[in-house]
Amino acid sequence: MLHTFVAYVEDLPGVLTRVASLFRRLNININSLTVGRSERPGLSRLTLVCDASAEAGNRVRASLFKLENVVDVDDIAGAPAVTRELALIKVSSTPRNRAQIFDLVEVFRARIVDLTSESLMIEMTGVESKIEGLIEVLREDDGRILEICRSGKMTMRRGHHTSSVLKAMGAGPAAPETEPAEHFEDSVAVEPE
Amino acid sequence: MGTSDNTQSSNAHLTTPTRLTGAEILWATLVGEGVTTVFGYPGGAILPAYDALRKFPIHHVLVRHEQGASHMADGYARASGKVGVAIATSGPGATNLVTGIATAMLDSIPIVCITGNVSSKVLGTDAFQEVDITGITLPVTKHNFLVNRTEDLAAALRSAFQIAVSGRPGPVLVDITKDAQQGTAIFDFAAAKPRPYRPHPMLRVSESDLTQAAELIRNAKRPVILAGHGVSESGAMEHVRTLAERAQIPVGLTLLGLGAFPASHPLNLGMMGMHGESWLNNAIQEADLLIACGMRFDDRVTGTLATYAQKAKKIHIEVDPAEVNKNVKVDVALIGDLREVLEQLLPRIPGRDGSAWIKTIEASKGASAVRDIKNIPDFGHLYAAHVMHDLWRITGGNAIVVTDVGQHQMWEAQYFHHEQPRTLITSGGLGTMGFALPAAIGAKFACPESEVWVVAGDGGFQMTASELATIAQEGIKINIAIINNGYLGMVRQWQEFFYERNYESTPLVSPDFVKLADAHGIQGLAVRTRAELADAVDTARSAKGTFLLNFMVEKEESVYPMIPVGAALHEMIRRPEHDPLLESPQDK
Repeated sequence: MLHTFVAYVEDLPGVLTRVASLFRRLNININSLTVGRSERPGLSRLTLVCDASAEAGNRVRASLFKLENVVDVDDIAGAPAVTRELALIKVSSTPRNRAQIFDLVEVFRARIVDLTSESLMIEMTGVESKIEGLIEVLREDDGRILEICRSGKMTMRRGHHTSSVLKAMGAGPAAPETEPAEHFEDSVAVEPE
Repeated sequence: MGTSDNTQSSNAHLTTPTRLTGAEILWATLVGEGVTTVFGYPGGAILPAYDALRKFPIHHVLVRHEQGASHMADGYARASGKVGVAIATSGPGATNLVTGIATAMLDSIPIVCITGNVSSKVLGTDAFQEVDITGITLPVTKHNFLVNRTEDLAAALRSAFQIAVSGRPGPVLVDITKDAQQGTAIFDFAAAKPRPYRPHPMLRVSESDLTQAAELIRNAKRPVILAGHGVSESGAMEHVRTLAERAQIPVGLTLLGLGAFPASHPLNLGMMGMHGESWLNNAIQEADLLIACGMRFDDRVTGTLATYAQKAKKIHIEVDPAEVNKNVKVDVALIGDLREVLEQLLPRIPGRDGSAWIKTIEASKGASAVRDIKNIPDFGHLYAAHVMHDLWRITGGNAIVVTDVGQHQMWEAQYFHHEQPRTLITSGGLGTMGFALPAAIGAKFACPESEVWVVAGDGGFQMTASELATIAQEGIKINIAIINNGYLGMVRQWQEFFYERNYESTPLVSPDFVKLADAHGIQGLAVRTRAELADAVDTARSAKGTFLLNFMVEKEESVYPMIPVGAALHEMIRRPEHDPLLESPQDK
C-alpha cells in the first residue's frame, strides 16, 4: 500500500541522506519526496510517499524517529488530508495549434507560464490524477510533450492539527485557525488502500 | 599503565571558559565526560590531537590495528557499562574502525569513535587519506558528526556521549577535520551541554496494556520469560528475578542475556535458539505465554517464524519501538525502559503456582542429559565442551569471559555458567571473528581487578592476533584459551550437516600459538589431554603476566543441538546416540 510520511527534519547537510538511507536499507522504493522550509526556523518539512506493506508503516515511522535529526514524523495513512503536486510541462506548439492547447489548459484549470513561437510551458497544480489526466490528453499528439517536471506530492492534514512532538518543543508559530480551510472541489482525502 | 606525570594542566578549563585549540578541546571534553582510557592509533589527520594528549589525564592504549581499537572500546563498554572511546586517523584508519563500529551497533553497545579528517578546505577532493567516513558509517552508527569548525567540537562530542548511552545504546562517530583540531575557540564545557535527551516519541506503556499483561501472566498455564541483553542494559536483573520468582515462571536467555539471570537459579532454563537447550526450545514451542524482556526475536533465537511459538500469546517489553512487531507479532507491547516497565508491572503480579509446568519442563530434560557431552567420558580425546566446563569449575565462574565467534562461543554459552551480568562478552548480532582478543583488552582496562579470559578459536584468534603486542606493551594480565581444532569449526560443521562434508577452505594451518606468544614475551602452553587441563589452567591463572593456553581439541566435533536455518525451533539436530567420534578412542 502507499504510505505518506510527513516529517520535520533539521535543516543541516546530510540529513536527507540519512532519511533516504533508511528507506534504502529497508529496500523500500521512494515514490516521491518533496522537501522545503517549514514554519519553524531551522526545520525543513518533507513529504515522502512510498509503497510498502501495511505493517511497514509503524516500523518506518519508529525508525525515522530514531534518526537524531528527525524531529517529528506523521504517518498520514487514512487521515483527512490535502495532497497536491506541481507540474511544469513544456509542449511544442505553433501559433496554429495554440488555441487548442489553451482550451485544454482552461479545462484543467492550469496556467500558461511561458510562451515562445515554438513551445509553451504549462503550470499545473492539483492531485496526482488530475496531472496525469492532462499529460494523457497532451500525449494524444505524438511528440508534443517536450519536458515534464513534477514536484512530487505535498501533503497536509486537514483541520486543526498540532503534533504533540512539535507542541512539546514550543516556540512554534501561533496555533492555526480551527476552521478547516475552504474545500476545493478537486481536493481529495488520501485514502488507505 | 599510568600517565600520572602527564597531567600538567588542571581541570580548571572545565569550570572556567578558556580559549583552547580544537585538539585540547577534544581531550578536555573527554575528561569532562569521565573518560580515563582511550584506544587508538595515530596518523596524519589526527596528529594535532595526539600532540595535545600529554597535557590531559587520559591513558592512551596504542593498538596494532584500528579494528582492535573499536573492539577494545566495545569490550570496555560491555564490561563497565560506561562509554568506550576509540580514536583513529582519517582514511584507512577510519575504515579499519568500521567492523568494530558495526559490531557495537548490532549489540547496542555505547562507544564513541573519534576520527581525524583532512582539512575542511580540501574535504571532498580525494585528498591523501581522505575518506567519507560519516557516509560510510551512516548505517552502522546511531548517529555521526562531521566537525569542521573548532567552536562546534565540544557540543558535538558531548552530544555523542549522550546519544551513545541514551535509549537503546549504540556507537557514535565524531569526524574532526585537521583544521578544526588546529584552530582555537572558547571552550565552555557547561555551555556545550546537549539539549535534554528526547525519549522516542513512540514509547508507550499504557494502563490498559499493563492490566492486560498482568492478566495474561495471571492466567497463563505454560509461561516462559525470554530475557535478553536489555535486562543488563537497563539494570533490570532484580526486577526480572522478582517477576520470575513471584509468578514462578521459568526463564530462558538469549546469548547476550546470559548472566542477566543467575545460571544456578532453579528457574533458569539456559540459552535459547539455534544452539540453545532442547528443553527450552521445546518449552517455547509449547508455551501459552512468552514474556519477552529486552530481546528482539533475532532469527537465531526464533528459527523459522512461521512455526515459532504458535500457541503462545506474547508480551514484548522493549525500549526500541522499531523492534516491536518486527519479526514476531505480539499481543501486548510495553514500549519503554525494561526496568521502568517492570516497576509498573510488578505490583500487579500476584503470587502464582507454576509447579506443574516447571515439572513438565524438568521431566523433558532427562532425555537430553544423556546426550550431553559433559556426561560422556573423554576416552582420551580433548573436547572443547570439556575445556569450557572445566574452566568454569576451576574459576568458580568468577571471571569475565570474552569469546570470539564460532563453535567455541556456543560451547562457552552452554558450559560456562554465568551468575553475573557483564561477565560474558561476546559478539552476538554481527558475529565478528577477531573480536575476543581486543575486546578482552578493553574489558581488562575497564575491570583491572577482574580475572579476564579470552576464549577464541584458532581461526578468529588469527584475525586480530597482532594485539598480543598491545598486551605486551601495556603489560596487562589476561588469560587466553585458544580452542584449536585445525578448522574454521562452525563453518566446517555447516559443511558437514548441509554441504555433504565438502570441507572446502575450512582446514586451517596455524602458527604454533605458544611460539607466537613467546615472540611477544608472553608465556604459553599447549594442552592435549584433559588430564593436563587443570594444571595448565592453574599455571595460566597464577602466572604474573598474560598467559596463552593452546587447547588442541577434537577436530571434527560439532555443537549440538542445532536448529538448521529455515527449520522450526523444535526441529533440532541432536547429538547422535551412537556417535562414532565419541566411542572409538583408538581412532586418534
